[in-house]
Amino acid sequence: MNDPIISVRKLTKRFGDFTAVNAISFDVERGEIFGFLGANGAGKTTAMRMLCGLSFPTSGSGRVAGFDVMREGEKIKRHIGYMSQRFSLYNDLTVWENMQFFAGIYGMSQRESIARSNELLQRLNFAAEKDTLVGSLPLGWKQKLSFVIATIHNPGIVFLDEPTGGVDPITRRQFWELIYEAADSGTTIFVTTHYMDEAEYCSRVSIMVDGEVRALDTPANLKKQFAAETMDEVFRTLARGAKRGE
Amino acid sequence: MAAIEVHNLCKRYGKVTALDHLSFTVEKGELFGLIGPDGAGKTTLFRLLATLLNPDEGSATVEGFDIVGDYREIREIVGYMPGRFSLYQDLSVEENLDFFAALFGTRVADAYELIEPVYKQIEPFKTRRAGKLSGGMKQKLALSCALIHRPKVLFLDEPTTGVDAVSRSEFWDMLSDLKQRGITILVSTPYMDEASRCDRVALCNEGRILTIDTPCHIVENFDKRLYAVSGDNMFTLLNVSRAVSGVVECYPFGSAHHIVADAAFNENEFIAQATLAGVRNVDVYPAEPTIEDVFINLMKQ
Amino acid sequence: MKKQHNFLSFVKKETLHILRDVRTMMIVLLIPVVLMILFGFAISTEVNNLNIAVVAPTRTDGVRQSIERLANNPYFTFVGYINDEQIDPMLRSAKADAVVVFDSDYERLMAMRAEGMDTKPVMQFIFDASNTNVASAGAAYLQNVMTTDHSSQQLFEMHLLYNPQMKSAYNFVPGIMGLIFILICAMMTSVSIVREKEMGTMEVLLVSPVRPIKIILAKMIPYFVISCINLTTILLIARYILDVPMSGGVGSIIFLSLLYLLLALALGLLVSVISSSQVMALLLSAMVMMLPMMMLSGMVFPLENLPKVLSPLPYIVPARWYIEAIRKVMIMGLPLTAVLKEISILCLMTVVLLGVSLKKFNDKLE
Repeated sequence: MNDPIISVRKLTKRFGDFTAVNAISFDVERGEIFGFLGANGAGKTTAMRMLCGLSFPTSGSGRVAGFDVMREGEKIKRHIGYMSQRFSLYNDLTVWENMQFFAGIYGMSQRESIARSNELLQRLNFAAEKDTLVGSLPLGWKQKLSFVIATIHNPGIVFLDEPTGGVDPITRRQFWELIYEAADSGTTIFVTTHYMDEAEYCSRVSIMVDGEVRALDTPANLKKQFAAETMDEVFRTLARGAKRGE
Repeated sequence: MAAIEVHNLCKRYGKVTALDHLSFTVEKGELFGLIGPDGAGKTTLFRLLATLLNPDEGSATVEGFDIVGDYREIREIVGYMPGRFSLYQDLSVEENLDFFAALFGTRVADAYELIEPVYKQIEPFKTRRAGKLSGGMKQKLALSCALIHRPKVLFLDEPTTGVDAVSRSEFWDMLSDLKQRGITILVSTPYMDEASRCDRVALCNEGRILTIDTPCHIVENFDKRLYAVSGDNMFTLLNVSRAVSGVVECYPFGSAHHIVADAAFNENEFIAQATLAGVRNVDVYPAEPTIEDVFINLMKQ
Repeated sequence: MKKQHNFLSFVKKETLHILRDVRTMMIVLLIPVVLMILFGFAISTEVNNLNIAVVAPTRTDGVRQSIERLANNPYFTFVGYINDEQIDPMLRSAKADAVVVFDSDYERLMAMRAEGMDTKPVMQFIFDASNTNVASAGAAYLQNVMTTDHSSQQLFEMHLLYNPQMKSAYNFVPGIMGLIFILICAMMTSVSIVREKEMGTMEVLLVSPVRPIKIILAKMIPYFVISCINLTTILLIARYILDVPMSGGVGSIIFLSLLYLLLALALGLLVSVISSSQVMALLLSAMVMMLPMMMLSGMVFPLENLPKVLSPLPYIVPARWYIEAIRKVMIMGLPLTAVLKEISILCLMTVVLLGVSLKKFNDKLE
């Protein structure tokens, strides 16, 4: 089980004559918090869609959660967790109903899903709110809930697409503690963010510019490499050179 | 007369109080920031000031005009950029600009010199549909459209949300430039680190203002002992720190964790305990507070 | 600085929106054509090519003359003689739409009738009534054809005026017009206004010094133009493909239609004022306007058949008055003066709808 959970080589996606993602290669180890950064239009979303099995690469090879990105998109989808800023939960269903629904989507049996839901509610200290409509929860809670629901089927890796946009600083930190905790118990976290301080929380960070991965290392090494004080500076140094988009 | 005067402003949606007796003043030519997360009431405040909503209590004026009684006058002099960039996705950059110019009874050429610093960056793409622009370009087009009638006051509701760090920084440069031309700017953002780009800021949360001051003063007035700690296993360190005596609070902060400490805190004692708990290479040093530290601590009060 | 709110540039923007969405525009332009063709040829309720089989135990001269008349009529096809047992299978297999059964005593009975005596019926029509419209129209027409030579002896006489073959085109063309204009003017405008609310652009429009109502009026113009194109298409198809007479004059028809277009626009404005989302606008248009319009305008079901409780309802359906007026002018050939009542009701409705929606229109968000 020590092989990397993500391992891609020369992954490329073209739309017509536009190369959105240009031959990216990297590995993500199990239990890592992997920060996936990039400027608007750098190809982040496209790359993430390929890794999640939502779209097929034009060329290249790789495996995610043990399945081939070129051929086994459907299997990848079943074995990863995904949480985006936009798609959260059903506001008109209760906490419990949401959990049951998503457990059902991943083909968990009735017994499994009840046991797992109870376990997650307990871990969140959230058992009392079991029958509360998700719509009436504060935003911070919704976000935490969507995170644990993204892990309801015990995936080896969870993809988080800008999970903390617009959240207050306390909730944002509580959210990151949840991420730490998940990573500590062995779940791999693959996360995109616009908050550069959050990049510091990651075990390793990759920065995409113009469809290519321009830098990949621990935050400390990246800062050393670019002689920068913060990740913000590192990011700006790299993104300033972008030709695409702006 | 101040550019914007808000007095005891209150707005409720059913049982939810979106704005809870807000009062503040923005001087002419000031770049004033409303800093706070979603649900702080920023959008509601903008809609009230832009005369889209009427308040339940309290009053406000923009350039001396009352937001209820003189709303027609206000609509002549403000530029408003709502949260989601309100552009016509199926119209090109140029067509959007032309339309908004017509909307305000002017022509693009008349305001070109004002919008030029912003617009020239997207001008090469002027035949592209707005829907096909990147986030940063949409933001610049929306700003150009809001400036087309030479407003005296600009209302910008979260113009940098969802935009990458580089574009965000460029955007603030543009705002500083507009401020030089005497335009009063009220801008909101959920990013605490952008506070330093404003003349004054109001930190807001859940419909209330936590504090109003210049970014420098806000940070200077932070009267607690603040330390930064780091080590090899940051997650363990976080949990361990909270049990150490003298630690009031510990939260992740970029590459380190920040610790709010009381008098009982001792640096060497901390290192000893953390090392004992299995964290290696523990480092503790006094930290400079930031707006975000202030915000976190005001929220907890 | 002198402010010029260039109305034309608003119209231009709306036109661009429509032109950019080529697919929707094509649908809007093609709907009338498709509907006209569909109703005109496929969903025909008129008597056309009815297959008639005949049971004639004695084939006397009188019987043969009757059948000849039947066979020569362009709307009927004589498929042959059959016997009693074949009636049911013929109808079931749809080889015949109707069977005419002559009495075995036909000649004698006719003779008795000629002398003014009461007799039992001389012939029987058996119809496949699975399509009630075709059956009833066919029966009426068949009776008309088969008994014309006995008119002197008939108890009553039937004359189908204006539309003797009961061509359905005459009936549905006004109906389609009533429907299309609501669809395009009311539904499309309301959806396009509500889209601005959803997109957030309405916020910016409201905050501008222009009165938003001006922008909304500008929005209506391109749809008005499209509706006029549709009007032309419909009239051309009706006249040259479906042979609708238009005896009352094209000018009157156009006048009535333009009035109705205004009404539809006012209705669309009202829907957009009430709705907060595109879905709501669509549902409102479809459920509250289209369905009742089809049901209560007399387009599909005759209003005379309506239960008593519902009978006041059609009076408030705008399409009903329009369709009725168009019917009078287009099919019956009456002059505009004959539809003054309808015209004044349509005018009144337009004024009321415009008044209500302008009053309800809010230049704030709540």
